[in-house]
Amino acid sequence: MVCHQCKDREAVVHLTQIANDQVVTIHLCERCAAEKGVEGGGTLAKTPVGNFLASLGKDVAVESLVARPGESAACTHCGATLNDFRESGRLGCAECYSNFEGSLRDLLRRLHGSSRHLGERYDPPGSSVSETKISHTQLRDQLRLAIETQNFELAAELRDRLRVKE
Amino acid sequence: MIDLSLLSDGGMGWLDASGPSSHLVLCTRVRLARNLAGHVFDTRASAPDREAVLREVEAVVPETVMLRRAVRFRLDRMDRPDRQLLHERHLVSKELAGLDADSRVRPAAALLVQDRVGVMLNEEDHLRLQSLQSGFALEEAYREVERLDTELGQRLTFAFHPEFGYLTSCPTNVGTGLRASVLIHLPGLVLTKEISKVLQGLGQVGLTFRGLHGEGSEVVGNFFQLSNQTTLGKSEQELLDHLGKMVRQVMEYEEQARQVLWRDVPSIIEDKVWRAYGLLRYARTLSFEETMNLLSGIRLGVGLNLINDVGLYALNKLLVHTQPTHLAVAEGVDADDPGLGVRRATYVRKILEEDAGRRR
Repeated sequence: MVCHQCKDREAVVHLTQIANDQVVTIHLCERCAAEKGVEGGGTLAKTPVGNFLASLGKDVAVESLVARPGESAACTHCGATLNDFRESGRLGCAECYSNFEGSLRDLLRRLHGSSRHLGERYDPPGSSVSETKISHTQLRDQLRLAIETQNFELAAELRDRLRVKE
Repeated sequence: MIDLSLLSDGGMGWLDASGPSSHLVLCTRVRLARNLAGHVFDTRASAPDREAVLREVEAVVPETVMLRRAVRFRLDRMDRPDRQLLHERHLVSKELAGLDADSRVRPAAALLVQDRVGVMLNEEDHLRLQSLQSGFALEEAYREVERLDTELGQRLTFAFHPEFGYLTSCPTNVGTGLRASVLIHLPGLVLTKEISKVLQGLGQVGLTFRGLHGEGSEVVGNFFQLSNQTTLGKSEQELLDHLGKMVRQVMEYEEQARQVLWRDVPSIIEDKVWRAYGLLRYARTLSFEETMNLLSGIRLGVGLNLINDVGLYALNKLLVHTQPTHLAVAEGVDADDPGLGVRRATYVRKILEEDAGRRR
């Protein structure tokens, strides 16, 4: 599809908006989109996460996404960095969520209004075994970490789980 | 060319207009994003990584009730028109079909479909489980996809975090991984110019809207896809209840708008509806966009009981079969064939004539 603005380059940005009470979709090439200020910054703003924040009318404060003290610069499992995330808006693997937990918790709160999953709990295959395998020590460690990071919702849940075990 | 007749109802059971509120809602989809523990996500995955994901899932599929009879498509081994066909039938995303800007089909991109549930493999997430139902059927769609999720989750180890829930490639899907969407026809709100207020209102209550084919697609024929925006911090049931409540409200607004139009400007509405029917019944060349807009007019006429010569099922079928790839494949020509407009008009006339004949 050709860009609506320059009628020359390939349209890569498809913007659906409401103008004069009409729903219109504008197709723009990257350059015209940038000129119109539809997308900018060249970082998170271009990614689904950036679009998501923008649609909520929230600032795409990518600067806040830097490794916290105690967080390694790259994921120990897949090697992805927070910079990679800023570029693509996608994480490299499940371990990234643990590696960049502090930074992501803040982001998740801004995206979803919460960082705590309240949906179905997942028990992996052979779960009754794996659940008992999570020792008191591990739960206490997680609880301590939750309190240190002021994640009180998680702390409350972990406390409940410890009580059940005891 | 792929054989879509292998699928029950050609993979289009969702458009048979049998579901609740089918006069307003075309279909309901619920999808769950899942990833396998121990495998890197999309952006870091090599072709062998993706093959490994596919193998792991396919190894357990025969043990499940929900997918053991599934038809399997390897999108990375299919030609573009075949991939477009699956996309036009709402069975795969633009991304999985490699139809987005970079036209890249991911290695080991695959689809498994059985009746009204399916799973996209190696899309943005390893698995995207989905259920597509006719009409406004959030509960039914969720029940089906949840059953599939349970069956697969007992046999595969999904990536799950005690605080963040199901882990996804993009943090916008994390938590429940649930996106429920309802494809709804809102010509009354568009004609009364109330639509922008309604859509803005939805934005304020955490819902979003898209076009006919989901993310990045245009709004055509007054069809809007309404869905939840956030996936974390609420249970699956809360997300579904909230969307359901809001959709019911939008449906009410739409009915009110139609009543207002019918009360205040009946001759204009009648003219619009019959003009659309007349054009589709007798036009000799039609673009896809024009067809969609005219079909919207007829659908409004059917909703207002002005037109009895055509049923919703025929209109839904036209919606799918007049799309460029479906039409081109059926007619044995290329999708950019200059004569496609003439063929489309001929096809539409035939279907409308047949349906009118059946109803007399």
